[in-house]
Amino acid sequence: MTTPSSPPCVDAVVVGCSAGGLAALREILYGLPADFPVPVIVVAHHAADGDRLMAEILDRDSPLHVLGAEEKEKAVAGRVYLAPGGYHLLVEADGTFALSVDPKVCNCRPAIDVLFESAADAYGERLVGVLLTGANHDGSRGLLAIRRAGGRTVVQDPATAAVATMPQAAIDADAAQHVLPLHGIALFLRTAADGQAGLAQID
Amino acid sequence: MKTADIEAIEVELFVDALRRRHGYDFGDYARASLKRRIAGIVAELGCRRISDAIPLILHDEDILPRVLGMLSVPVSEMFRDPQVFLGLRTHVVPLLQSYDQINIWQAGCAYGEEVYSLAILLEEEGLYDRVQIYATDINDQALARAEEGVFPLKGIRSFADNYLKSGGRRSLTEYVHARYGFAAIDDRLKRNISFAHHNLTADGVFCEVNLLLCRNVLIYFNRTLQNRVLHLFHDSLARNGVLCLGRKETLAFSDLAGRYQPLDAAQRIYRKVPALDDAIVPTVR
Ligand SMILES: C[S@@+](CC[C@H](N)C(=O)[O-])C[C@H]1O[C@@H](n2cnc3c(N)ncnc32)[C@H](O)[C@@H]1O
Repeated sequence: MTTPSSPPCVDAVVVGCSAGGLAALREILYGLPADFPVPVIVVAHHAADGDRLMAEILDRDSPLHVLGAEEKEKAVAGRVYLAPGGYHLLVEADGTFALSVDPKVCNCRPAIDVLFESAADAYGERLVGVLLTGANHDGSRGLLAIRRAGGRTVVQDPATAAVATMPQAAIDADAAQHVLPLHGIALFLRTAADGQAGLAQID
Repeated sequence: MKTADIEAIEVELFVDALRRRHGYDFGDYARASLKRRIAGIVAELGCRRISDAIPLILHDEDILPRVLGMLSVPVSEMFRDPQVFLGLRTHVVPLLQSYDQINIWQAGCAYGEEVYSLAILLEEEGLYDRVQIYATDINDQALARAEEGVFPLKGIRSFADNYLKSGGRRSLTEYVHARYGFAAIDDRLKRNISFAHHNLTADGVFCEVNLLLCRNVLIYFNRTLQNRVLHLFHDSLARNGVLCLGRKETLAFSDLAGRYQPLDAAQRIYRKVPALDDAIVPTVR
């Protein structure tokens, strides 16, 4: 897919968050323009029926359209997709969504690891993975998979996170290429999605 | 070549080996979740790569039940998505009232959580004595456990919550008994249920049913297989039969969409309607 002459650009952004995640997501999505050129795919841990409410709140406050992911639907630019409560969300090689009710991972379903690992397979180096505030260890493995596949990884600075456990676990697992506060993450994503060089200078 | 691309080849080889050696075809399962499950098998078998597990698939005579058990992880809950059961109570029970004999097929029954939930509902609605339920699955170990009807006690709390949300009117203790840290389903609920092996990818119609539930199985299939299985269901449903799919599954993309009317669209409960040409044929002649 990537021709040698073009710099590796980004096809998708995946985001994982847990406790404190709604406020963090809101701030990041608020910082992304309506014409953000790639899909944003999100796993947020919440109660089984919390996804609809969360999508509503985020949709109201974001320039981008926020909605629940449906199975076999293709992830397209300009949209933010939320994993439905009670289901793991995965991305297939062709960029369409898949759902499963397989056992919980890190005590969670949807689990961030499941989304991230499948997205690392699907998008390879053309992926940015973002891990935000949370009280457990979900996401570290997935973020590491993204990094190994050549994608870029960003973790919320634990000092600025509502709950530091999840971002700190990812940093300890050596999964974080960049550690940034929330406003820095939105800027990072805009720059990365525009395919501009010099990303490392942001942090 | 990228690791993910090499692994994609390994997954195909694994699926091919399983199909040609043991006759089970997972070729039309959605790949991302299938790969996760295969990775689980590979780890369980102590192999490093997916391709290292292929010789075992080919040469280990006893491997099939283990592999099938792990490829079809039966994860379920009593009264999962309680609104669905509320929908069945409200919209489907009144339709079933008019039949003397009611046949029900529950496909993909896992450990039996769903079929026992259904039995409880039908018992409370006074229909259970007229009912014959066929509960089927591809996983024989799961079927054996479903038949026993014994569940870990720790799931019982959410069971009780879901039961109430589903419109349950009695106390769960009428249906489940605590026994040595387990919850055992009352034998009375088992009287009209037959558990049987049925593989949706290979086996055909086996009876005519008035209600067919298949929830959270189609999500594991690709569109081709989804459509094929929906045709199998269509052919199994009696006139005006009711089809209930999982909360995230839909008929909308199937070529059969026009043959159903939603009874409760949000809960994915549909009713088969007679085809237009069925009605026209006699008059045309
Ligand atoms: C996730 S469980 C769903 C259980 C239950 N219906 C529910 O929604 O809670 C999926 C079930 O489908 C079964 N299954 C998978 N492939 C199948 C096939 N080809 N034929 C029949 N059953 C299958 C699995 O063994 C498993 O028990």
